[in-house]
Amino acid sequence: MGRRLAVAYVAGAALLAASPLVLDAYWLDVLNNVGLYVLLALSLNVILGDAGLFNMGQAAFYAVGAYTAAVLNTRLGVPILWALPVSGLVAALFAALVARPVVHLRGDYLLIVTIGVGEIVRIALVNDPLGLTGGANGIFGIARPSLLGLRIRRPEEFLYLIWGFVAVTVVLFHRLERSRFGRALAYLREDAVAAEGSGVNTARYRLLAFALGAGWAGMAGSLYAAKMTIISPESFSFWESVLVFLMVILGGSGSIPGVILGAALVVVLPEVFRGFASARMLVFGFLMMVMMVVRPQGILPLRAPRFRVPEAPEPGAAETPR
Amino acid sequence: MEQFLQQLTNGLAVGSIYALIALGYTMVYGVLRLINFAHGDLFTYGAYLGMTLLTSLALPDRLGLVAGLLVLAVMVMGLVAVIGAILERAAYRPLRDSPRLSAVVSALGASIFLQNALMLVYGARYQVYPDVLPQSALEVLGLRIPILRIAVLLVSLAMMAALYLFVQKTRVGTAIRAAAIDQDAARLMGIDVNRVVLLVFVIGPALGGAAGLLVGLYYGQISFTMGWVYGMKAFTAAILGGIGNIPGAMVGGLLLGVVEALGAAYLSHSWKDALAFAVLILVLIVRPSGLLGERVAEKV
Repeated sequence: MGRRLAVAYVAGAALLAASPLVLDAYWLDVLNNVGLYVLLALSLNVILGDAGLFNMGQAAFYAVGAYTAAVLNTRLGVPILWALPVSGLVAALFAALVARPVVHLRGDYLLIVTIGVGEIVRIALVNDPLGLTGGANGIFGIARPSLLGLRIRRPEEFLYLIWGFVAVTVVLFHRLERSRFGRALAYLREDAVAAEGSGVNTARYRLLAFALGAGWAGMAGSLYAAKMTIISPESFSFWESVLVFLMVILGGSGSIPGVILGAALVVVLPEVFRGFASARMLVFGFLMMVMMVVRPQGILPLRAPRFRVPEAPEPGAAETPR
Repeated sequence: MEQFLQQLTNGLAVGSIYALIALGYTMVYGVLRLINFAHGDLFTYGAYLGMTLLTSLALPDRLGLVAGLLVLAVMVMGLVAVIGAILERAAYRPLRDSPRLSAVVSALGASIFLQNALMLVYGARYQVYPDVLPQSALEVLGLRIPILRIAVLLVSLAMMAALYLFVQKTRVGTAIRAAAIDQDAARLMGIDVNRVVLLVFVIGPALGGAAGLLVGLYYGQISFTMGWVYGMKAFTAAILGGIGNIPGAMVGGLLLGVVEALGAAYLSHSWKDALAFAVLILVLIVRPSGLLGERVAEKV
């Protein structure tokens, strides 16, 4: 992480921490939504940005996480924050299972398959297969979360919970970027054949990226369930997946600060232009087309990491055999 | 048996509509290797333009039912073809040499744009087609089949046959096939590939628009988001038949329509839409080249 970026993160965190002093409940709630979408967009970024896998079904994994948490909470009385890691795991497992047969598909076909998966999950939730999902009405009466004996209820309390999780995510994902795993993903995104040739097990890394991204989306889903206390299938529609996809692409695929900015813009701009609510999707579509011509790499694109090359030895000095 | 045959004919009629839309996907894919995500919305435009022209011009009253509908169909197809051509120039041509993802995002943007433009003009509610067609049914071997259903099937088949002959037998059709096989070689042979692409973006949307009109007439109810479901199903049909392959799209469409109608009748109606997606995923896993088409999986 560069110094300027670190300064920007600290400044952003300070602003967010101070925001309950100036903002009203409505805008705090908008900020909470931004936080949830940042989590979702960062989770998709692992799959789409880091691994280069076109996934337009992220809402499905979000839904699996949210429903897992909701079912655990309302049926078994598990506290919602205890359900968080479980919903992450369930979403990751689900993704691994679904992605296993399709990760080798060429880009746009994978996109279509993930759209299909997203729709099947949504239809399944509506049809209430095991009597668990509550059909089209969804699940209500999810208990409020409590942390260290503190009950989280008001928007500013959720702000700290959600953005705290965002902070952890950002740090972890920045670490991940430079790790062996992250470098392997970058390699296979840039040139899958060369990566395979150098001994990177592309199928395995793709699957891992899918599972990790989906698991993170699942955890975001359980936070969503905790915040809303009511969830229903319509919250996990195809458009949700499209929005998250856009946040990654418009912000700068693969770049963590870019994706955060993308999520913030996609959530906040429509709020600012509420008066034009009916036309905002129109503008959105238009922006997507323009953006792909003018700046396809996104607003804050990923910059190739720089590594210091060790000083070359003097040309005259012959290596002395040992 | 009665129910089976009813569902079979219904499936064939719906399937022929899927096939008409699928042709647009498959032709564009054949030449550009691009999934035109906005194609489903062009289909919706066909349905809405058809409704508007039908109510405002009242052609069937002036020219007689058959002639009026024919003129209407030609008008709708022409208008949607113009939209298709504009779409190609505005959203796809600037990205011809860009990475695949850019074109996909642009196509999605175009789809969102078209859909919401329609919503702003007509509103978000369902629209109802005026009643112009007779609701009578034909008695075939003790089976009452609505005339409309037979008409939809016949009209679709006629258009598909015309397209097939055009692509196989004419010089222009040969140029399309050549560009689909190898654009650079086609260019060396003196084929203007840009014109071929434009042509494909005229023919596909025209057929899609006609399909929209047929859906409006057949079901009587249209909505601005219906292009997405029909588009996905038609795309499934194109994959099922083998994308890039024109007869494949026809076969795939009819097959998907029948599978869906029978599935809805005998398995579960509420899972009907999921069935189509399941077919799509299964085909991509088991036989990604489709029934009659090319490879889509990467070797790594």
